[in-house]
Amino acid sequence: MPYWRWSVGPATDAILMHRFANPARFLKIARPLTGWLFWPGLLLLLSGAAVGLFVTPADYLQGQTVRILYIHVPAAWLGMGGWSGIAIAALMQLVWRHPLAAIAGRAIAAPGALFTAICLMTGSIWGRPTWGTWWEWDGRMTSMLVLFFLYLGYIALANASARQGQQGGVSNVTAIFGLVGAVNIPIINRSVVWWNSLHQGPSITLRGSSIDGSLLWPLGFTLLGFSLLFGAIVLMRMRAILAQNKVEARMQRLARG
Amino acid sequence: MKAKHQRLILALAALVALVGAGLLAASALKDEAAYFYAPNDVKTKGVEPGKPIRLGGMVVRNSLKRAADGVTIHFDVTDGKATVPARFSGIAPDLFKEGGGVVAEGAFDAKGMFIATNLLAKHDERYMPRELEGMTYNETTHEMKAEK
Repeated sequence: MPYWRWSVGPATDAILMHRFANPARFLKIARPLTGWLFWPGLLLLLSGAAVGLFVTPADYLQGQTVRILYIHVPAAWLGMGGWSGIAIAALMQLVWRHPLAAIAGRAIAAPGALFTAICLMTGSIWGRPTWGTWWEWDGRMTSMLVLFFLYLGYIALANASARQGQQGGVSNVTAIFGLVGAVNIPIINRSVVWWNSLHQGPSITLRGSSIDGSLLWPLGFTLLGFSLLFGAIVLMRMRAILAQNKVEARMQRLARG
Repeated sequence: MKAKHQRLILALAALVALVGAGLLAASALKDEAAYFYAPNDVKTKGVEPGKPIRLGGMVVRNSLKRAADGVTIHFDVTDGKATVPARFSGIAPDLFKEGGGVVAEGAFDAKGMFIATNLLAKHDERYMPRELEGMTYNETTHEMKAEK
């Protein structure tokens, strides 16, 4: 019996989560959804970036360097969002033994690490003219760097478990690592509140934004654009892993003759 | 109880314990992980002269004075509760200005003056176009502007 049939039982199993445990059913949705996420995402990202570069005014204090915000903030958001996704996937894998969750965790790791790196680099480039330093060991920067290292650890663990035949997914140890690493997410978020830090406090809170509207609105474009692109990349990677699984299964069948 | 319910309870309990441990550790770190001392920390806890620290706060308005040698500046740093005098020789970052945030690296001398060896400008969470600047800072004196 193929592994994805474990949870697909009778009518009681009609929960959405289990419906998509079947890769064939997942692929039927994922294939068109990839394009629906990718192209609008790219369009939003490019238009937001163009507006952020050429249309919005310069900041009263930072001048032109403020424009890096339109890349830096979405990158930070997706770096942290990516790990939240890994943690949710890990929970689904450990509790419900959901086969696609294990594959989703692996698929999220690389783009998550990439966006975290983009966040760190753009922050460094902004910090030099604004603060007068490329890097300082303050709470926000250090916890974000820790997130990047967590991604590297997760990727290494996931690759090790792939070689041990986890059917494209990650091992339970990797999933537990993903769950434990989630502790860092609220620490990143609160780092500028708990500790006095060089990085400024939160500009956008539930009570409103201390970024003026004329500077803020392209950020909405790039945030949504990057998020849609992130979703598209994750779906592409999940499809690639599933395709790889199919190839390997066929090869094994051939080898057995 | 089904096996998956057991796993759910176990995983959630582990998660709660982990997050709790993380938060406890972070709050225990509170002072150790602080990037700089605020003037009030210096006043209440005391920092021995000569110990290298970072001092952070706002540059008091009208406190910035340039010494005759042209490269040394004197200014006061405040956090609203306490104020300490500071001295720095060298090139300050562009965003360093009166009323703005600063993080100074250095040490106190015997008389309680902070001798900074490096200055970092701290940016706050407000972002706005230049035309709006006057609306926020209208009442206050417009001294040195960060931008030409």
